[in-house]
Amino acid sequence: MRDSADIFFAIMRAQLDYARCIDDDRLEEWPDFFADDCLYRVTSAENLRAGMEASLIFANSRGMLKDRVSALREANIYERQSYRHILGAPCLLSQKNERYRSETSFLVARILRGGATEVFATGRYLDLYGFEHGALKLFERVAVCDSSRIDTLLALPL
Amino acid sequence: MQSSAPHPAGTKEFPSWPDGLTRVPFWAFQRADVYAAEQKRIFQGPFWNFLCLEADLTAPGDWRAAQAGDAGVIVTRNEAGEIHAFENRCAHRGALICLDDSGRGKKDFACVYHAWTYNLEGGLTGIAFKNGVKGRGGMPKDFKMSDHSPRKLRVAALAGLVFGTFSREAPDLREYLGSEISARIERVLAGRKPVVLGRFTQALPNNWKLYMENVKDSYHASILHTFFTTFELNRLSQKGAVIVDESGGHHVSYSAIDSKATGNAEYSAQGIRSDNAGYKLADPSMLQGVDEYGDGVTLQILSVFPSCVVQQIQNAIAIRQIVPRGPGRADLHWIYLGFEDDTPELRLLRLKQANLVGPAGYISMEDGCVGGFVQRAVEGAPGMESVLEMGGADARGSESRVTEASVRGFWKAWRAGMGV
Repeated sequence: MRDSADIFFAIMRAQLDYARCIDDDRLEEWPDFFADDCLYRVTSAENLRAGMEASLIFANSRGMLKDRVSALREANIYERQSYRHILGAPCLLSQKNERYRSETSFLVARILRGGATEVFATGRYLDLYGFEHGALKLFERVAVCDSSRIDTLLALPL
Repeated sequence: MQSSAPHPAGTKEFPSWPDGLTRVPFWAFQRADVYAAEQKRIFQGPFWNFLCLEADLTAPGDWRAAQAGDAGVIVTRNEAGEIHAFENRCAHRGALICLDDSGRGKKDFACVYHAWTYNLEGGLTGIAFKNGVKGRGGMPKDFKMSDHSPRKLRVAALAGLVFGTFSREAPDLREYLGSEISARIERVLAGRKPVVLGRFTQALPNNWKLYMENVKDSYHASILHTFFTTFELNRLSQKGAVIVDESGGHHVSYSAIDSKATGNAEYSAQGIRSDNAGYKLADPSMLQGVDEYGDGVTLQILSVFPSCVVQQIQNAIAIRQIVPRGPGRADLHWIYLGFEDDTPELRLLRLKQANLVGPAGYISMEDGCVGGFVQRAVEGAPGMESVLEMGGADARGSESRVTEASVRGFWKAWRAGMGV
């Protein structure tokens, strides 16, 4: 059993790296935060509360995360934009068999080409962390947006 | 240029409209007076608005908030099991009657402001302190509650979709849709129990009509949306067509595997990538669709004038509704659907294929921004016009999808409704 303070810091560090990766436009590295066999999805509080399964983004393999990045790079059309993630500290909810459930609030500002900084999304990450090949990885990340309303489009991952 | 326009060019109300169906002046997307006239003549005119699903109202007392253009609407199932709809606007001082999105077990609706109370059909049944207090105050003795209620809508359902209209003149829903459109809606939804898998709203930075043009525009699909072409996803030989109804307002665009060209080729081969592709999907499982309708149709986009879309993209089924929010903004509501009899495998496939659509959709995120590109670009050019000549000048369906016939059809119906 690992010390919970160590886990807390490991998760916090992983979250900060994750946010910098997206905000610095290093999307190609983003899938590496996940385990091979992972779940990443983006939904809203209302959908989660109602038990509705569909997501804005859904990936149940790291391959699907890589596909998301290559589609953003090579296929999809959207105006140049960037995010700024502001994260809360992770709240450790439970641990079982070296897997750690945590919840972390986020605020994501979006900066569109020529536009002002605008709050794009707030919400929380519902995460399941664990170790794979000695490194802390996301086995599950459900990004739950507080609102079900998305302005224009959701291109970059949250 | 043909002159199939329902009204002669030019009215006193708005600047003149060019002859024929191949030009659309950009002021149609900009003017506040056009917007106000649309609310009255289109959304509250002799047309049917999508309101909700029958599945939202399974038992007496179930209700759901909906929109018919700007007008908020409450849709209910009453004790007799009938569906009713009325404005979400108290007949007293105009406050919202309902402050939530949906609910169950409702007997009546009481306005929070002064407790004027309505039954499930929208009839006024109670007024707080109607007879005053201790013989003082109260409503006049000749005040008739039956003369006061929020406006009630006519309601009709087809294949589980509930539509409503404020108009007495609107034809019956089936007649309004016509047999071809009705049959194509039934193809997707009839005889099955839908399950709502998700609800999201996409706030669009453009006039609602730019979105409807986009939906009806089969010409742009393979050009703007490069997901399939970039990953060189082999589309087996496809046949397809565009159907436009007599009014012009409704359309279907579909494509299917050409069974003559492919014999009994495995339908799932649709999703297999080409080996010589520059870019490949690391996990193409999302695209290994199943032929759940048994007709080889892999894509069917259907629109009901003015503002409803029924979508089948492989196994991603959704209802979309566009709600105008002023001349330059619109809300696009997405309802993702599955069905009660989905196998776990099919359900998972739907969840994966939801990646194709919606605000983050591989083949539809662009539709969220392209309307804004037009809205911004035409800002300084209200007197200029768009050109709609692809596939000719009429609004008739064709076997080619390289056409703007259904976009022209939209304008034909819009102009008839607007008297423009």
